[in-house]
Amino acid sequence: MSLSFTHTTRRLAAAVLTLAVFSQAHALDITGAGATFPYPIYAKWAEAYRAATGNGLNYQSIGSGGGIKQIKAKTVDFGATDKPLTKEELDRDNLVQWPMVIGGVVPVVNLPGIQAGQLKLSGSVLADIYLGKVKKWNDPAIAALNKGLSLPNQDILAVARSDGSGTTFIFTNYLSKVSAEWKDKVGSDTAVRWPTGINGKGNEGVASYVRQQAGSIGYVEYAYALQNKMSFVQMKNRDGQFVSPNDKSFSAAAANGNWKAEAGFYEILTEEPGKASWPITGATFILMQKVQEKPEKARGALGFFEWAYKNGDKAALELDYVPMPENVTRLVAGEWKRAIKDTAGKPVF
Amino acid sequence: MGAGIIRLSGHKSTMNPHSPNELHALVRRTPRQRLHQYGDVLFEYITRGFAILVLGTLLAIMVSLLVTSLPSLKAFGFGFLFSDEWDPVRDRFGALVPIYGTLVSSFIAMLIALPISFGIAIFLTEMSPAWLKRPLGTAIELLAAIPSIIYGMWGLFVFTPIFSRTVQPLLIAVFGPIPGLGILFQGPPLGIGMLAAGIILAIMVIPFISSVMRDVFELVPAVLKESAYGLGATTWEVVWRVVLPYTRTGVVGGIMLGLGRALGETMAVTFVIGNAQRLSPSLLAPGNSIASSLANEFAEAVGDLYTSSLIELGLILFLITTVVLAIAKLMLLRMGRLEGVRS
Repeated sequence: MSLSFTHTTRRLAAAVLTLAVFSQAHALDITGAGATFPYPIYAKWAEAYRAATGNGLNYQSIGSGGGIKQIKAKTVDFGATDKPLTKEELDRDNLVQWPMVIGGVVPVVNLPGIQAGQLKLSGSVLADIYLGKVKKWNDPAIAALNKGLSLPNQDILAVARSDGSGTTFIFTNYLSKVSAEWKDKVGSDTAVRWPTGINGKGNEGVASYVRQQAGSIGYVEYAYALQNKMSFVQMKNRDGQFVSPNDKSFSAAAANGNWKAEAGFYEILTEEPGKASWPITGATFILMQKVQEKPEKARGALGFFEWAYKNGDKAALELDYVPMPENVTRLVAGEWKRAIKDTAGKPVF
Repeated sequence: MGAGIIRLSGHKSTMNPHSPNELHALVRRTPRQRLHQYGDVLFEYITRGFAILVLGTLLAIMVSLLVTSLPSLKAFGFGFLFSDEWDPVRDRFGALVPIYGTLVSSFIAMLIALPISFGIAIFLTEMSPAWLKRPLGTAIELLAAIPSIIYGMWGLFVFTPIFSRTVQPLLIAVFGPIPGLGILFQGPPLGIGMLAAGIILAIMVIPFISSVMRDVFELVPAVLKESAYGLGATTWEVVWRVVLPYTRTGVVGGIMLGLGRALGETMAVTFVIGNAQRLSPSLLAPGNSIASSLANEFAEAVGDLYTSSLIELGLILFLITTVVLAIAKLMLLRMGRLEGVRS
């Protein structure tokens, strides 16, 4: 008994010692929290960044709402959100905001006999489907966009996200831009009052409902649609062209974005002009405090973001995200130097 | 139980050899024994502290729920309970849909789970051959240990597709045309919806209710049952007239345990209820429950009114479970009093 006891104490002491050494070596661990949508790429970047520099980054995907609360309370070094804060909101809480990476939202359908990419929809028809006004797949409004495709006389079941999410924000933002009735009746947010259909939790919830119910339509993140080989839809963009969701059409939308540092980079990339632009595109954003009580932590976090802008493109594309265009990252780097300061008012980066 | 008995007898045996000393100590206590006495007092305070801690936690939860839901309480007042509007865009919230969903799905669950659990418990205590008792009892307890998310995933991926292809079309065909009752079975067979949630909940609470029922049924003295059998009673009569009256308190307790779990269940319900903030009389239509709304929307809720409305939903759930427990206690008290009158 006593032997095993001393043994345990010795082992415990050793564990405590290792822990102390470990935490010393990683004194520059950066913590962030927020949006779930960019979690896979932030995790991958963090892993590569640790391998390259030895500095760790701990990102908790607790949701955009949680991320905003945490950065306001200064419990994390950075917050992440899919729904950008407006200039007024940023100023009120003394925050800086910039876009980190771009993704797309893709309508997916389950229509027997119709292959991926065959069905074409326009924004207003999509809005009418989610408003419950277009009820059947052989509705004249859908048929007019799909000449030569035989559409079944089947009820449409609209599937949406039940949990609050950035994906929903981008999707409803798009519907609000293309349909006055949607903007008036429903509006745009991370969760809205859906006029019809059923709601599933997360991309996987929406995807499983769509897969189970013939005649259903849903919307998921591009990466999720691709990895699960879901039947995506071609969308008519602002220039009247039908485009398929892919890296190129997302990049095209991002390149046409109107990014302004002075507006806190508030820009939602839906319904962007350009022949090749995918209309339901959106960036995900990082939030940091303007005044840093621990400048070395801020320097560590900004070092990570700079590294990710420079070296992270390949990893992003592998995970089906689209990197920020270079002209935007240059603007962001300028904003870091200008806006983020220590308590003495000196720029930290 | 067994361990307690061993410890008791062990205590006795260490005392006996010193009994003359202890007699002496009754008159004049040694410092060491005085220390023991203080220890006792200290022990009492500590245990009392723990007990009060529970009460304090309960109060603290209630107060913090109340305080954090103040913005929503102020903005919507009592109307919150009766409004079916849940619109985060316009910051207008009402709890009618989730309250209705919580109550109806739990009611369906109890409607299914009660008779089945009762049957299981009777079979296990009265009719099962001895060799089957233990494996069956263990299987039921194992069912209770399955995490709710597993039930949710099973419900979504396995149960609802089969349900929508087989049972629901049948329900629509049989009950749909009946006036009155038919209103409960309208709409397309989606699989997902209020009825599916109720059934999954029933499966989840059956192990709780049936294992409590089995445990209390086993407490009925064999003499009582055997005398009834001796008088020529059938198994049903023994169960209905002897076992059930004897174990009423325990049975009601088991039912309340199950109901409490059904009311507060989150993950399993989220997967199969359809999460639509719309009121529909049809049991096949998607709905929402309080716990499911909270799980879905809390993480991404931005804005004071939105978060405080969600917290007020939590407060309502808290009150519903408290009321249910209170009603159960009252029922037991009444039953006890009636008993007193009769005897």
